[in-house]
Amino acid sequence: MKLIGGKAFVLGDRIDTDLLAPGAHMRKPIEELKWHCLEAVDPEFARRVKAGDVLIAGRGFGIGSSREQAAQALKELGIGCVVARSFARIFYRNALNLGLPVLVCEEDFSVRAGDDVEVDIRAGVLRNCTQGHFARAQPMPDFLIAMLDAGGLLPQLKLKLAQRLRSPC
Amino acid sequence: MSAQTPAQTLAQKLVARAAGVATVADDQIVTCRVDLAMMHDSGGPRRVDSKLRFLGAGIWDPDRVVVVSDHFVPAVDLDSAQILQFTRAWVAEHGIKHFYDMRGICHVVLPEHGHLAPGMFVVGGDSHSPTGGAWGAFMVGIGATEMAGVLVTGEIWIRVPRTLRVLLNGQFMDGVAAKDVLLHLCATLGMENEYRVIEFAGSLLPSLPMPERMTLCNMTAELGAKTGLIAPDEVTYAALRAVGRDLTPEPHWRSDPDAAVEQSCIVDVAQLPPQVAAPHSPANAAPVHAHGKVAIDQAYIGACTGAKLADLHMAARVLKGRKVHPRTRLLVAPASARTMMQASRDGTLTTLTEAGAIVLPSGCGACAGMGAGVLAAKEVCIASTARNFQGRMGAKDSLVYLGSPYTVAASAIEGMLADPRPFLS
Repeated sequence: MKLIGGKAFVLGDRIDTDLLAPGAHMRKPIEELKWHCLEAVDPEFARRVKAGDVLIAGRGFGIGSSREQAAQALKELGIGCVVARSFARIFYRNALNLGLPVLVCEEDFSVRAGDDVEVDIRAGVLRNCTQGHFARAQPMPDFLIAMLDAGGLLPQLKLKLAQRLRSPC
Repeated sequence: MSAQTPAQTLAQKLVARAAGVATVADDQIVTCRVDLAMMHDSGGPRRVDSKLRFLGAGIWDPDRVVVVSDHFVPAVDLDSAQILQFTRAWVAEHGIKHFYDMRGICHVVLPEHGHLAPGMFVVGGDSHSPTGGAWGAFMVGIGATEMAGVLVTGEIWIRVPRTLRVLLNGQFMDGVAAKDVLLHLCATLGMENEYRVIEFAGSLLPSLPMPERMTLCNMTAELGAKTGLIAPDEVTYAALRAVGRDLTPEPHWRSDPDAAVEQSCIVDVAQLPPQVAAPHSPANAAPVHAHGKVAIDQAYIGACTGAKLADLHMAARVLKGRKVHPRTRLLVAPASARTMMQASRDGTLTTLTEAGAIVLPSGCGACAGMGAGVLAAKEVCIASTARNFQGRMGAKDSLVYLGSPYTVAASAIEGMLADPRPFLS
């Protein structure tokens, strides 16, 4: 798992799935839906994010629906990692399954919008390069890091299925 | 069980059975065999199809898959029509027999047709899947990629959840219901109970009918929990017999008396007044009077949470012989086709429509901002649904309050947020 680095976008508690993937746009393919991601919080968000940028949020990130488009929209927009004090469980699994890194960081972390931040998933460390400090995050189980390294659940499962075919037990 | 077997919670017993082991410990990560996988037209076939093609694999057991078209029904535009058409073609192609096309909302349709039973481990492609816990099944919500994995392997990893036991003691005062309990819990326990199962028990439970138990478990999603659970009892087995499942009661499916729970809390339900949650969070719940005078444009009785037959009966008791206020529209979307039929047969629909209600087709509808009844800018709605997140039911600046079917009906009559109790005395 490589280092992730970019500008920080700072959000509050309980960023829910209706903010991330609004129901009114759920019929649309992800290429269109992603432009509405978080528009109720920041109308310019989808246009301002750049590849590798990091979302830093509070508690309960992704609460609400099981709609995978909530995590997929962030990934499609190029978000490098979502760091939150806690995640809604379905969002957390959806993100990892899609290969979008997420990190639980309960420590206080001083950050302003636009700060340069760096995330080391394997070490469980979050750095603010602009302000020159860091916070420790919850370590992620090895099998989930392996899934992220593989690019998500599907590429990993495809590999496993191929191996199972090659070596039937 | 031997004397050495550690005491287990109901959640631990259900996970252990699915994992094929005698016991599990909290926070342990295990792989579970899935007894049933349920998905709907929004997160189901249209989202998993390309993933299955990518994997080049078929469905592990089509008889263990249930598909319910409930989100985009009936089609309101070409996009919805094509999603529904795709869903029909997909279930036919994959030989899935258990397909319910516009028969109602998945969480209500599933037990109505006898698909749930105590002891099962079930995944659902919808966040309100915890509803199944009312039947003594361990049922969790998952996303589409995870569902593709389950469809191919029949397995899923899970972290064994800790149990938060909520003891509901006493009996409701008239005009108060399970929905009020859950709104109250959203305010008191918060919405960040991740990795926990909420197990409901207490002196209210033995007399609490299945639809109300389903409402309790349904909204554990709003508590942020992995799922909700209620140990099966006489009420559960009687309801199962009513849907054609004559099962022998299995005393194993309850928490051992000495099993360790992470936390317990007690709610004296006899003291609980009707609750209303203000926009934009179920956690903004408080007694209805605390919200002051709020004029209502739309009152909505719908969704898996609040439009089962018992919910329609609550609304009808309030609305009987009364009229909806001229400034307010009351929309009612019964939770399933069977609910619609029963409400028609027993006169409930007559009561509601005579009061001025507009009856909508069964489906997720306006609750998810997808079907008939979405809100315009700045409109104010009170709904019997589970969620009032910003923009969920329509315009970004619309305002949704949550309440029980009693409270929604009373508010429709008054044209503003109202306590239902005076209408029942």
